[in-house]
Amino acid sequence: MNVRIPGLLRSYTNGAECVDVHVAPAAPTLADALEALNERYPGMRFRIVDEQGAIRAHIKIFVDGGLARDLATPVRTDGELMIVGALSGG
Amino acid sequence: MATGARKSAGVVRRPQVTTLLIGTRKGLWTLTSDAARRAWKLAGPQFLGNIVHHAVKDPRDGETVLVAARTGHLGPTVFRSADRGKTWKEATRPPAFKPGGARSVDHTFWLTPGHASQPGTWYAGTSPQGLFRSTDGGATWSGVDGFNEHPRRKDWCGGDKDGTPDGPKLHSILVDPRDAKHMYIGMSGGGIFESTNAGADWNPLNAGVRADFMPDPDPEFGHDPHCVRMHPQAPDRLYHQNHCGIYRLDRPDTRWTEIGATMPKSVGSIGFPMVLHPRDPDTLWVFPMDGTSVWPRVSPGGKPAAYRSVNGGRTWQRQATGLPAAQAWWTVKRQAMTADRAATVGVYFGTTSGEIWGSRDEGRTWKCLARHLPHVYSVEAS
Repeated sequence: MNVRIPGLLRSYTNGAECVDVHVAPAAPTLADALEALNERYPGMRFRIVDEQGAIRAHIKIFVDGGLARDLATPVRTDGELMIVGALSGG
Repeated sequence: MATGARKSAGVVRRPQVTTLLIGTRKGLWTLTSDAARRAWKLAGPQFLGNIVHHAVKDPRDGETVLVAARTGHLGPTVFRSADRGKTWKEATRPPAFKPGGARSVDHTFWLTPGHASQPGTWYAGTSPQGLFRSTDGGATWSGVDGFNEHPRRKDWCGGDKDGTPDGPKLHSILVDPRDAKHMYIGMSGGGIFESTNAGADWNPLNAGVRADFMPDPDPEFGHDPHCVRMHPQAPDRLYHQNHCGIYRLDRPDTRWTEIGATMPKSVGSIGFPMVLHPRDPDTLWVFPMDGTSVWPRVSPGGKPAAYRSVNGGRTWQRQATGLPAAQAWWTVKRQAMTADRAATVGVYFGTTSGEIWGSRDEGRTWKCLARHLPHVYSVEAS
């Protein structure tokens, strides 16, 4: 699946704005997609998901255009993931 | 031989250069002095945009540097350099609580190199209060279960209302240079705790410390030590700057003695940092903040000054020569004041308004070394 990477995380992807990750075809979830992403770019998952599996407060993840509330959100093997920094900062 | 190095009786001596690692709300900077510590060169930023709570060079090898960082959006991590900050790698397993619990690390707040006999060992304190250990130079971190999973940890740490406005913190991780298993930690809130078995178990060490914000004025724990220091050459001598005064403890005694009562009444004895002379256990510096009314936490009266004691806190001298005489409402955070190891000790501090000040004569005179930096969280000399 295609993952759109925000500027916040492009230090992990050598600047790439979009990357492809492979998720297993059997009922994949957002958790699986992020695990695949972390295998390819070690350390990235913990920056956007905490150790209890919660999406961090100032990160939003859209799955095929819909806002994911948790990591159990289903994903499609040919779908699109969009990770963004929430509109907060200072 | 490196340029500027001198060889005397077979020992190569590098020029007495001080480097300050400056952690800020927006990245990491360094200030490096010349041999006289008169001229300083600012370099950076590194990690621009990252909130750097602490940056520490390993005194055991003089090469490794660890940086505790997060951004406003991204979770916490640790960066490490094996070449004095030229190149960096991110920890592959940063400090994190065990899955399946209710707590997650908001930020790593404090870094301490381990005992000299354990190269590669580091400790980290987090917000909320957690203690973590790395044995591979900061690449991977594991919780110190003796603290993080202790059955009384919740009692010790309290709840959301028992921390700082930026979250409850575990800080001041001290390792006894005589015994790697003997450690102290400080918590805001929670108090000071001691372990004699490398963190497998902990006991509160707060007797004699006021806790004016608690119904019991002399509780066993729940205090707010802002910064605890152990003298490196006299490790039985401890000092700490608390939310409720300044204290000294000479082990094996277990009751702290308040030493801030002799500070001027108009200044008070509240502040964040505590700095010790590297060789004289009786000499220390504090940087008072206004702790009255709604706790403004700025220089009392807008007149910043360090206060030094040369007799273990019995008396204090104001040290403000060179600092602004008025209308300077500075806040100096607990990691943002430090000393070097020069023959005449240099003392340095950073403000939340982004200035770095230094003294190359043990606080007698001060000079601004850098300004216009972001909010300074930490200053460490090496």
